[in-house]
Amino acid sequence: MPREQHVPEGAPVSAFRTVLAKDLRVELRTFESVPAMALFSVTAFVLFRFGLDRDQLEGGLAAGVLLVTVLFAAILAINRLFVAEREQGGFDAIRLAPVDGTALFAAKVVALVIYLSALELVAVPAFAILFMDAWSGLPALAPVLVLANLGLAVTGALVASIAVNSRARDLLGPLILLPLLVPVMIGAAGAAEPLLAAGGPSFDDLGRWMALLALYDVIFLLVGYAVYDFLLED
Amino acid sequence: MPLPSLRALAFATPVAVAAGFALVFFYAPLDADQGFVQKIFYLHVPLAICALVGFVVAGVHAIRHLRSGDPVHDLRSYVSIHASIIFGLAVLVTGAIWARASWGQWWVWGEPTLVSFLIVFLLYCTYYPLRYAIEDRERQARYASVFAVTAGAFVPLNFIAVRMSESLVHPRVLATAEGGMPPRMWLTFLVCLAGVALLWTTLVRFEIAAKLTSAKLSRLRRAIEGTDAPAPSSRIAPSAQPRPAGAPESV
Repeated sequence: MPREQHVPEGAPVSAFRTVLAKDLRVELRTFESVPAMALFSVTAFVLFRFGLDRDQLEGGLAAGVLLVTVLFAAILAINRLFVAEREQGGFDAIRLAPVDGTALFAAKVVALVIYLSALELVAVPAFAILFMDAWSGLPALAPVLVLANLGLAVTGALVASIAVNSRARDLLGPLILLPLLVPVMIGAAGAAEPLLAAGGPSFDDLGRWMALLALYDVIFLLVGYAVYDFLLED
Repeated sequence: MPLPSLRALAFATPVAVAAGFALVFFYAPLDADQGFVQKIFYLHVPLAICALVGFVVAGVHAIRHLRSGDPVHDLRSYVSIHASIIFGLAVLVTGAIWARASWGQWWVWGEPTLVSFLIVFLLYCTYYPLRYAIEDRERQARYASVFAVTAGAFVPLNFIAVRMSESLVHPRVLATAEGGMPPRMWLTFLVCLAGVALLWTTLVRFEIAAKLTSAKLSRLRRAIEGTDAPAPSSRIAPSAQPRPAGAPESV
């Protein structure tokens, strides 16, 4: 039951821009999310150093430690972007305005992608300094992380919008999100493993894993586009 | 659409299941490699197929619910997921027994079908806490449908991803069937599949009928008592009551 919408031409684009600018401005003024995510990541690396009792990581282990840390940091960001917004009444205000659901969804996804990219600019070099000798595979990691960020952001925004209106919002979000993110983890770890291998990077199967990540992103973008309006009606 | 009645289904299901088991034990040949334990395949694989198809069916009902706003579709989606989760648990148990017997371990991580099934199962287990956590009935139904659509799209994607990541240990029974599975095994398998599918359908239809009837009963009871108080019914079960006439659609 789609809402009756009397939205002028171009309004979704300007709504998208406004919401995105608001989220980024809040972040730039408070520095709440990205620094916390970066700190969390570095702390997690230290924990992994002792938990695994290894001071060098390569291959599959390196990919796993890096990507699991990014994934958990993403959950922090998702909680800030959605749970905090809900508690401060942001969504109620947005609902009062004639904002298209798709514009809101897109704005939140892009904000999350920006947060995650900013985090990785800190977390990946930190990881390389702490755990790796050979850095030649790192540039090739960038496109993999871009696709993985998009997947994390799309699914995260969709699930967080479901969870945020429930009673157990900060518990339920990760609970639903983690199984949904398993394919992203498989794809990103599969692509990153040969790039972070000990004897220098190799590019075996990189295309196949990137195709999996891209397929995931496209499917969940389409699902989000199709269902997001239903999450706003109230 | 003309569906078979619940009574006809309730007769057909035990017949098909009993016929399936009779064929499994007295007709199907013993597997040359695995021996007797291979016969669990006639239960495990149909259960898995029905559970996965049931999740997709739930997604289709959820789409219809979102398009029409009719709570009956939400009820169907909810009941489909319910039955499929029970079947899914049975799949994991029978799969573990089979794995223990043929590979010597209860759980094999290198096995894509097993792992992807576990992920799908864990995902659908969060359907219940999600419903519990939303109080407003109409919103609960809508959000549960969004979840069912998302998860329904996830099921095939997840199988692709996990299969890409692992080697093939799981017997590709159906894929190698052209050369491998003899016709007697095929016949037995198909009868078992029909029996389990009928069982799934019967359980789903039965639960829907039970929920609709109890909703009707409580409506009648309230009409007799003449109170306008809302029904003190279950908190998570989707309400099967039609929207009262003239009530506004959601804004």
